[in-house]
Amino acid sequence: MSDFPTFFLRFLPDLLHGAGITILITAEGLVAGFILGLLTALARTYGDKFWRGLAVGYIEIFRGTPLLVQLFLIYYGLPGLGITLSRELSAFLALGLNSGAYQAEYLRGSLLAIGEGQMMAGRAIGLSRWKTVWHVILPQALRLAIPAWSNEPVSLLKSTAVVFLIAVPELMARAKSIAAKTYDPIASYLAVAIIYLAMVYLLDLVLRWMENNTRIPGFDMEGKKA
Amino acid sequence: MPETILEARNLTKVYGQNTIFKNINLKVKEGEAIVIIGPSGTGKSTLLRCMNLLTRADGGQILLDGEDITAKGYNEDKVRQHIGMVFQNFLLFNHLTALDNVMIGLTKVKKMPREQAIKKAMEELRRVGLLDRADHYPGQLSGGQQQRVAIARALAMDPRVMLFDEPTSALDPELIGEVLGVMEKLARDRMTMLVVTHEMGFAREVADRIVFMEKGSIVEEGSPDDLFYHPKNDRTREFLWKITELYGKKEKDKGGAA
Repeated sequence: MSDFPTFFLRFLPDLLHGAGITILITAEGLVAGFILGLLTALARTYGDKFWRGLAVGYIEIFRGTPLLVQLFLIYYGLPGLGITLSRELSAFLALGLNSGAYQAEYLRGSLLAIGEGQMMAGRAIGLSRWKTVWHVILPQALRLAIPAWSNEPVSLLKSTAVVFLIAVPELMARAKSIAAKTYDPIASYLAVAIIYLAMVYLLDLVLRWMENNTRIPGFDMEGKKA
Repeated sequence: MPETILEARNLTKVYGQNTIFKNINLKVKEGEAIVIIGPSGTGKSTLLRCMNLLTRADGGQILLDGEDITAKGYNEDKVRQHIGMVFQNFLLFNHLTALDNVMIGLTKVKKMPREQAIKKAMEELRRVGLLDRADHYPGQLSGGQQQRVAIARALAMDPRVMLFDEPTSALDPELIGEVLGVMEKLARDRMTMLVVTHEMGFAREVADRIVFMEKGSIVEEGSPDDLFYHPKNDRTREFLWKITELYGKKEKDKGGAA
């Protein structure tokens, strides 16, 4: 272990390259998941029976099965139906769809927390239902969602590690190949753990900054004044 | 003869097995302030919400300026622009400043240019005495101030009629006066108003007509003098006696009629 710092520095460029890909697929999955999650949450909260059913079905399926199974079904299963996707696209789809289901639930919780009153007040001045959602409910619900939603980027970042199983050259895949090359799995995986930890730490800083900078003066979840 | 602005014809509302109210007939004439009183749970608030279509009535019609707004396919968003509503629990938009709360209807519903909307919104805030609180968020305002902003928000749309749903019931006693003051001023300016309240002082001083509602129907209506001093119905007398007993002391503390 005494030469771990040397080991770490020697493979750092390679690992950072993998970390870059990890960050990229995390960001892609997060953005796709957010858009999908938001639409799903809106459909489930304000949609008619059809859209509600669709939203519930999607959420149940993707929260109820392991990410790895979803990834394999997309990468190895879809070709059986004549749809062959690249590794990167498969990883993106699996992560986006999976994250979307979780984000939908976080966002739905805060949509419900805003309550019927705000909707009624919006309708009362002549705003349509969807305009009220857009101008009144979402700006509040998104802020309210941040603390709970903050779990998702961190969780997704770590979940991306499974995509090394379809040989996407991200951080975990690099560690695996370094471990095989050097016969030193302890040092390899320790190095990777440190880099994941550092990324999560930085991510937390960003999320906290977001939470603080979107605060509404005099208004928060607990002290929600009538 | 002033024209009728808002009218309920045989209005009926049913929730499951419960009839909330039945065959309500009510006319609100231009410049008139009508106060609806009555025990809790008699459908007063539901009646107000039916009047601007926030709740759908199960029977009867509502006419705004003679037009049947309950007719199928009628644009209800359009209707609500013309009927202002003030809620018991204010329901200001929490993420917007007082000014933006008053402005949002102007810019997003009426599509008024921003500069013009600001001017109009400031004018309304001045009307309720809150010009100096324009940049405050609802969470930074007292209950009384929030309710006055809510009144300004409704007034900004230049409604034909204003509905007030127990506007002071959620307020601390010392804050009730400022809200009633604003409402009194509106009534003096001949704003057409339909008010549900338990503030008997306000009803007696400001109302042109008082409507006593109980168990889903209108029991009696008339001028404040008629209702307070010569009620025809035993139930009206009983209710007024009970409520003056309850509120009388408070009014005395405020120095005579509130």
